[in-house]
Amino acid sequence: MKNNRLGRQTIRFENPPTILNTASIVGPKEGEGPLRDYFDKVECDDTCKEKTFEKAEEYFCNESVETLLHKERLKSGDIDYYIGGDLLNQIISTSFTAKKLGIPYFGVYSACATFAEAIQLASCIIAGEFALNIVVSASSHFSSAERQYRSPLESGVQRKMTAQWTVTGAGSMLLTQNSKPPYITHVTTGIVQDYGIKEADNMGTAMAPAAVETILSHFKDTGYKPDDYDLIITGDLGTVGKDITMDLLLREGFDVSKNYTDCGVEIYDESQDTHARGSGAGCSAVVFSGYLFDQLNKKELNKILFVPTGALLSPTTTLQGDTIPCIAHAITIENTPELGKEAK
Amino acid sequence: MKSIKTDKEYKDYVKDKQPKQTLLKNCINAFIWGGSICIFGQLLFDMSKKHLELNEKDAATVQIIILIFIGAFLTSVGIYDKIGKHAGAGSIVPITGFANSIVAPAMEYKKEGYVMGVGAKMFSLAGPVLVYGTSASVIVGIIYYFFK
Repeated sequence: MKNNRLGRQTIRFENPPTILNTASIVGPKEGEGPLRDYFDKVECDDTCKEKTFEKAEEYFCNESVETLLHKERLKSGDIDYYIGGDLLNQIISTSFTAKKLGIPYFGVYSACATFAEAIQLASCIIAGEFALNIVVSASSHFSSAERQYRSPLESGVQRKMTAQWTVTGAGSMLLTQNSKPPYITHVTTGIVQDYGIKEADNMGTAMAPAAVETILSHFKDTGYKPDDYDLIITGDLGTVGKDITMDLLLREGFDVSKNYTDCGVEIYDESQDTHARGSGAGCSAVVFSGYLFDQLNKKELNKILFVPTGALLSPTTTLQGDTIPCIAHAITIENTPELGKEAK
Repeated sequence: MKSIKTDKEYKDYVKDKQPKQTLLKNCINAFIWGGSICIFGQLLFDMSKKHLELNEKDAATVQIIILIFIGAFLTSVGIYDKIGKHAGAGSIVPITGFANSIVAPAMEYKKEGYVMGVGAKMFSLAGPVLVYGTSASVIVGIIYYFFK
């Protein structure tokens, strides 16, 4: 068997899959943020005229996939697999979307790193020549997440300064066999990290070590250095987690201060009063599908390391005083595949 | 990571990476908001005594009914949570906060039906207050009975 594995955690695609197109649809608050011009659609009402917020999230998810298919003039029948997930119990928004689409479906969950998990699996299926076209998606909704993970929306409690704001929106991506840039050349699958943080309203601090470990493993496995990338972007560490990640990477000998940022930090600005900025499965999904894909197409960015991060907590175990297991998955996306060092 | 190995090392390391909780500002806000609500309550109490010519017990009932109504009403139109953002404990501790903690889940879980939604979840926030409030009053009552 030909070995395409690099080190412990990385796969190198000799025949790298193509990201053919993306679609992003967001709620009103994200539509007021600094990335507003990059999204395909901004809904002015976060209920989307649906009766419940769960239905609204399903609408976001479905609408992003439909928009994606429409852009490429494809039908459900042209897609071999649909891989996706969201934050709600039993990933229900994505499953309802899968029901409507009628595409063979893998439901996945890595909390806010779901989009990365879906992309990694899709890339492997395509590179293994088991499929031609795969759609991946991830979604989240502020109000449905609040009611599942925290307190009722109208209750008058104060949020902590470390708390992050769940992004309302859905992003989807169409992957296909090697044809044109941008390509997915490497994926580094994360190992769960848990440094004993228990506060569910401080997820940036909980997730930072997962991001750091995955980025370090990626550099170790591939031999790349921070300067090889135009941009290294984590998923939803927020302002608190971003600072910790940057500092920890520096302590480990990698200076990323010039080309590192975080999707959660970028999606809102200071004036939007979200405290530690954005989070949620939709956060990295819409920032990639909206902003990053646009920059890759315009060749403003040619090589990026996209590292969505996920806090794999359950409200039940949090109440029981358990810690928060966290994960981060890294994906290298390049316009000109250099592929780096070969597998031994 | 080479630089940090144990949970304790990480917890110590992140301590000064945390944004400062604006404790003093929160306390002052809570004092002003909570104090204002209480002054308003006192005003209602005094006015019902003076203008409605009620005795102390009835005036207190009227005052509580009005405050609970205002708390519930502001919750239902989506204002109370905005006050709570600034007021913190100042708008949770007074009885208007108690009204908020019952009306908010009642509104929220209506979508899951009147029995398993509103009925079952209405006291999800206020429940602990009722349980421990009642328990504490029983204990205090027993102590009072023996030592009065």
